[in-house]
Amino acid sequence: MIEAIRDAMDVSMARDERVIVYGEDVGFFGGVFRCTQGLQAKYGKNRCFDAPISESGIVGSAIGMAAYGLRPCVEVQFADYVYPAYDQIVSEAARLRYRSNNDFTCPIVVRMPTGGGIFGGQTHSQSPEALFTHVSGLKTVVPSNPHDAKGLLIAAIEDPDPVIFLEPKRLYNGPFDGHHDNPVTPWSKHELGEVADGHYTIPLGKAAIRRQGSAVTVLAYGTMVYVAQAAAAETGIDAEIIDLRTLLPLDLDTIVASVKKTGRCVVVHEATLTSGFGAELAALVQENCFYHLEAPVARVAGWDTPYPHAQEWEYFPGPARVGRALVETMEA
Amino acid sequence: MADAGMLRFHVPEPEVRPGGTPDFSNVTIPKAGSVPRPEVDVDPRTIRDMAFSIIRVLNRAGEAVGPWAGLLTDEELLEGLRHMMTLRTFDTRMQMAQRQGKTSFYMQHLGEEAVSCAFRKALEPGDMNFPTYRQAGLLIADGYPMVAMMNQIYSNEADPLKGRQLPIMYSSKEHGFFSISGNLATQYIQAVGWAMASAISNDSRIAAAWIGDGSTAESDFHAALVFASTYKAPVVLNVVNNQWAISTFQGIARGGSGTFAARGLGFGIPSLRVDGNDYLAVHAVAKWAIDRARRNLGPTLVEYVTYRVGAHSSSDDPSAYRPKAESDAWPLGDPIIRLKNHLIHKEVWTEQRHIQAEAEILEMVIAAQKEAESHGTLHAGGKPSTRDMFEGVYAETPPHLRRQRQQAGV
Repeated sequence: MIEAIRDAMDVSMARDERVIVYGEDVGFFGGVFRCTQGLQAKYGKNRCFDAPISESGIVGSAIGMAAYGLRPCVEVQFADYVYPAYDQIVSEAARLRYRSNNDFTCPIVVRMPTGGGIFGGQTHSQSPEALFTHVSGLKTVVPSNPHDAKGLLIAAIEDPDPVIFLEPKRLYNGPFDGHHDNPVTPWSKHELGEVADGHYTIPLGKAAIRRQGSAVTVLAYGTMVYVAQAAAAETGIDAEIIDLRTLLPLDLDTIVASVKKTGRCVVVHEATLTSGFGAELAALVQENCFYHLEAPVARVAGWDTPYPHAQEWEYFPGPARVGRALVETMEA
Repeated sequence: MADAGMLRFHVPEPEVRPGGTPDFSNVTIPKAGSVPRPEVDVDPRTIRDMAFSIIRVLNRAGEAVGPWAGLLTDEELLEGLRHMMTLRTFDTRMQMAQRQGKTSFYMQHLGEEAVSCAFRKALEPGDMNFPTYRQAGLLIADGYPMVAMMNQIYSNEADPLKGRQLPIMYSSKEHGFFSISGNLATQYIQAVGWAMASAISNDSRIAAAWIGDGSTAESDFHAALVFASTYKAPVVLNVVNNQWAISTFQGIARGGSGTFAARGLGFGIPSLRVDGNDYLAVHAVAKWAIDRARRNLGPTLVEYVTYRVGAHSSSDDPSAYRPKAESDAWPLGDPIIRLKNHLIHKEVWTEQRHIQAEAEILEMVIAAQKEAESHGTLHAGGKPSTRDMFEGVYAETPPHLRRQRQQAGV
């Protein structure tokens, strides 16, 4: 998936000289996860460069560049580090078009690795997507595989509005299903690991059905797509698994059609439960599908604690917890 | 180790509080014309003392003196006087309109008119300001239509911002005036980003960042200085030190550094202080800093030493925290009176013509106000539609907002 993300930036930089890539360790070294490796050598220091350790500076300067007419795609090294830039994202990037009545716009992408599963403790594991979906004016994207990551990132770079692009870091090297004791399956052995050359986009706001099913709808994104697949396989429940891909704008039509068909819904995310994006999903499902529901909408999420270090796998909502929710929802 | 005693907590206090006698004897005012004017490509290390002085051109006799004088023609100075007078009259009328309930909020420039009016005239078309809420002179001195400013203040049906933004938070890309946020200091680093983009694009346009003394305490100010210094961004970093951040005197943000200009020194940025109530000095220093930016010499930090004569905003009453007569004691005087006296001294202006100009300007502002009010005020007459509220959140309205707009019945 790292190569796919790099390829998306490479393709975008080749097609549009307004695309500028920068962030901490992003230039000469190519990023701590290597997502920008080779871009400085290929496009020069004017297009890809190292930034000081200042997230508000990185995002704030990107907003100014976008107002000028460039299309910056900046990296925040970990989603856990985005908070110094939160004011710039919420008060500035998200509202610039609105408050200036289209006089100034802010086509920026803020990329950041999200989620846990790498023993990163509380400062390298968080999933802050709900902090962005709550803000009007932003779009929030979470890809789950290399093919989507490339198409969605190109679409995000070409989008006329600010996009938060959360990359599940546990998926960088393969489709992780929560069975942390098993060896990692590389993307080369997965059908969605195949990434087409050149330019293509996946529209923001379109979900993908990863597993057709009739018994229960699972709403998931990022790493949880594979955890849900494992849970369905292990419980033998014929779940329909929807990979949301974009949280905002949300593909409500796909969700509603599926829940109306199955009559049951389980929402899964790695982020903490309370006021998480799952709360929004559960509310939308009951608003739109109440008379089709045969069971309460269930949520499986990270516990409402900071992300722990030693207890990573007790915290992580793995296949066993998701499977239990599937069984309970079927029995309800 | 010797016994140092108990630790003591230190909270700075202004010299005087309400009831006291205003005292600016601690503010050292150098003689007009006494600060040298270096070449723009000077080694910044050799002019560090300029961060602790004050560049002044107009002396007490109304003469323009010293190496920073002589850049503007009589016509340009007369135009500058007219801009400042227009801004002051505009402020008076809009402040009154706020008191009459025609809008919710207003912020005036009283005493600080020279800063934005003179700075604008040093810029070229295409340059971009990232202003705070007290630089409307940038628009007035660039010929932005006053009626449009008023329409914005009234949030009426002709408001260019469709009623979405607080009064006086103007936006005009055409006039090099970036949308004012209302949050503080965020625009400072954005200005640096804009300037970086101009350099990346091998353009010739430069950016100007604006901030007040109080907001220099925000981390975005420091991020901006790091980025500007690191990438040698073509930007002028303006700090308007008007002594007061609402009720907080400038010593709370300044701490032990002596001056705000001194903040730039640690970043290797040439940092100048200028008499912010001296139209000629502001213009000359702005020109110097803008020339540096345009000649690829990087950022300059400029501290404008001025005084906020009025309240912070229409919601503020300064008599609660500073002596009422403090502004009369301010040693740098009034920018309009000083430029007026200079022009009278040069025999290109008279008291009588000044009074006449005041009347003409008032008439012009009242005419603009009448036109603006024909489009409505905040609570009466034409106003932006509810549909306008739902538009412009994104380039294309997403499904969830379309549903909400339908729910709202528009």
